[in-house]
Amino acid sequence: MKRMTNYLAAASALVLAAGAQAQDIAIKGEQVHTMAGPVIENGVVVIDDGKIVAVGPAASTAIPAGFEVLEAKVVTPGLVDARSVVGLAGYLNQPHDQDQLDESAPVQPHLRAIDAYNPQEPLVEWLRGFGVTTVHTGHGPGALVSGQTMIAKTIGNTADAAAIVERAMVAANLGPMALTERGKSPGTRAKQMAMLRQALISAKQGDAAKPAGGRSNDDKSNADKPPTLETQVMRDVLAGKLPLLVTANRAQDIMSALRLKQEFGIDLVLDGASEAYLLTDEIKAAGVKVILHPPMTRQYGEFENASFTTGEAMRAAGIPFAYQSSYEGYVPKTRVVLFEAAIAAANGLSWNDALASVTIDAARIIGVGDRVGSLEIGKDGDVALFDGDPFEYTSHAVGVVIDGKVVSTASQ
Amino acid sequence: MLQGLAAISTTALALAGGPLAAQDRTIAFTGARILTMAGETIDNATLVIRDGRIVAVGSNVTIPADAERRTMEGSVIMPGIVDTHSHIGQVAGADSSSPIQPEIRALDSIDPLSSNIAKARAGGVTTANVMPGSGHLMSGQTYYMKLRDGKTVEDIAFEWKDGSALGGMKMANGTNPMGGNGFPGTRAKSASLVRENFVAAKAYCDGDRKKRDLAKDALCEVLSGDRLVHFHTHRADDIMTVLRLKREFGFDVLIQHGSETWKVADELARAGIPVSNITLDSPGGKLEATGMKMDNAGILERAGVLVSIHSDDPIVDSRMMLREAALAVRGGMSREGALKALTINGAKQMRLDARVGSLEPGKDADFIILDGDPLSAYSHVMETWVEGEKLFDRSRPEDLLMATGGYGAGSPMEASHHHWEIAEAEAGQ
Repeated sequence: MKRMTNYLAAASALVLAAGAQAQDIAIKGEQVHTMAGPVIENGVVVIDDGKIVAVGPAASTAIPAGFEVLEAKVVTPGLVDARSVVGLAGYLNQPHDQDQLDESAPVQPHLRAIDAYNPQEPLVEWLRGFGVTTVHTGHGPGALVSGQTMIAKTIGNTADAAAIVERAMVAANLGPMALTERGKSPGTRAKQMAMLRQALISAKQGDAAKPAGGRSNDDKSNADKPPTLETQVMRDVLAGKLPLLVTANRAQDIMSALRLKQEFGIDLVLDGASEAYLLTDEIKAAGVKVILHPPMTRQYGEFENASFTTGEAMRAAGIPFAYQSSYEGYVPKTRVVLFEAAIAAANGLSWNDALASVTIDAARIIGVGDRVGSLEIGKDGDVALFDGDPFEYTSHAVGVVIDGKVVSTASQ
Repeated sequence: MLQGLAAISTTALALAGGPLAAQDRTIAFTGARILTMAGETIDNATLVIRDGRIVAVGSNVTIPADAERRTMEGSVIMPGIVDTHSHIGQVAGADSSSPIQPEIRALDSIDPLSSNIAKARAGGVTTANVMPGSGHLMSGQTYYMKLRDGKTVEDIAFEWKDGSALGGMKMANGTNPMGGNGFPGTRAKSASLVRENFVAAKAYCDGDRKKRDLAKDALCEVLSGDRLVHFHTHRADDIMTVLRLKREFGFDVLIQHGSETWKVADELARAGIPVSNITLDSPGGKLEATGMKMDNAGILERAGVLVSIHSDDPIVDSRMMLREAALAVRGGMSREGALKALTINGAKQMRLDARVGSLEPGKDADFIILDGDPLSAYSHVMETWVEGEKLFDRSRPEDLLMATGGYGAGSPMEASHHHWEIAEAEAGQ
């Protein structure tokens, strides 16, 4: 926690120095990538009261008197990590800081991310230091339905303060990671689908007697009982209020997810999708968005056919996609979307599409494209500053601004 | 899997089917930027190879009349990467019967056809120290692999003399070897078990050795300095324990990982102990790695420690080693130092520098050709040559599959490796 303490001390100093005008800031860049139009050479982003009020060439964009001015070679929107578990999963990797997965039951859609998110987690600070300002985080893969996700800014003393969407999606997982052992269910892929379908059908019917976990209730009292928490959440999924985020990597698991969407008309978002390049026609036809595994995901097990080039395959097929940091069980404890997009940019995806996959495209896929992901008037003042091409390994993030507040000026 | 194997076989056939095996021809690569790792970078330079060796390198090189010429303008040529810590080839080591098993040989477990060897070549790796895991105080003899095109472990051994392959000894301290039946419960117990074994081995080594003891035979090679100890260690106090053991028993040692070597860089420099370092995308994942820093390698470099950068594949994919060196530069290491940490420094640490690690006449023709700055995210390894043979060529579809991944690039049970066992054990705590 020493790092965190140091950070807080530094942040306080900045806030104090900037005084009452902490949220009035202008950021000048030799290149400003707004992600809402062509790159602006020698541009400036003006943020007033946490929101962007002007973006344009420095020559024609006035910076109001008294505004703090930051400068960098390259300025981008604050990065958006489309799928993570940080804040629930901590860097110590000890039982007390691993809250991304409860294995007591295979289907627990009612577990809320906000009840477990730790905004003080050093991994959150780590991601922020590389320019990540928004993270879609929550329950991880490893159970058929592990719980909900949330969307948070990477700053804030409490989960409530950090959250911008408290309930974002419901996380589900088809394939080997969510199989259970020793005679428990689900023990096969077919059983996973049977259980997930039953959970949705039960919710649809208001059948409290057969909730998702297979638990049996007293039939006689059903009529008087309010729907269970599980049922309420699954009804939100059925109603399209909450997308079902299905982690599926093998082609057959991806097809199973598409079959679910067809049967129940749910809003499906694919997660991982390491073999998605085999199914571009099917995914495109289903109108499904994809949050791709990090390109540097280790290529073994259900990722043995993963490729650094899948992002370009999605782009070529016209499938909306984003890159994510994902879940890591060992070392490194989290990946960083800045690094992952760089691998995609080096393997066929255009520079601009790679940056979009961790800014505006990511923001749109997780449903906050109206608020973050690009530098446009009216959007949140979330900005990342770099001393060179952000994707070059030897460049550094040199500043991070969230809601108009300078939250880091360290070189990382 | 079948597709992956088929791709590899096709490559082998293509190479064997040529009119004259590549390594027998004289080939001159001209007009390249050459990073020899033995001096200054030379622009518009020529590299001449023959019979698997380097004949000449420099800007004023006489090209033999019969040489096949390849114009390499815009390309960068550097030595093949020497990975000082890898687990490619689906290597395994000691079993769970006891914490100290020096008689175990990594070579008896390696699958030379594993696609992760071809992937490592796609990343520019030509020499690798392939090791058993870190779940034991001593998990066995490591295996120095030359990433030739081979079907047997003999084919890809760095050297194979008297039935024994070149390699070191894997040791570990800290939390990985602790806990469980018959394994140490504390750090002091760990050190004590190691000391007891070395003391017993010393008596054996000084005796007539008539009744052979495979474990002690291996320890004799460690005590004589013939077998380098590769010591997995993270925390600063554990690193200092390694130095204490070295002082007592006199073995040669290379610190492996050394996450907190930045805390004791001066002590390491004074003791002349080299470090094989890893850089990861984030700290943590285990308690001992919470002190991991991206600027570690740079701190060691400035302290005067001989430092290499390793993959620990699959922890860092072998194809990401140039990236790892670039991250070390991001953390403050010099560009030249980072590239040496991938090549000549590791060769020196493993005592293989007479053969590999730099581009100098007489050395093995192990080199890679890149399409740009080796430390740039946008550069690619275009070709990897091992002993004068082009074994990776990005323009061949079956090789590109190894470089980028994709359908059929894997091997069953890939990365069936101690790290996952440890991760699972920790997750189950």
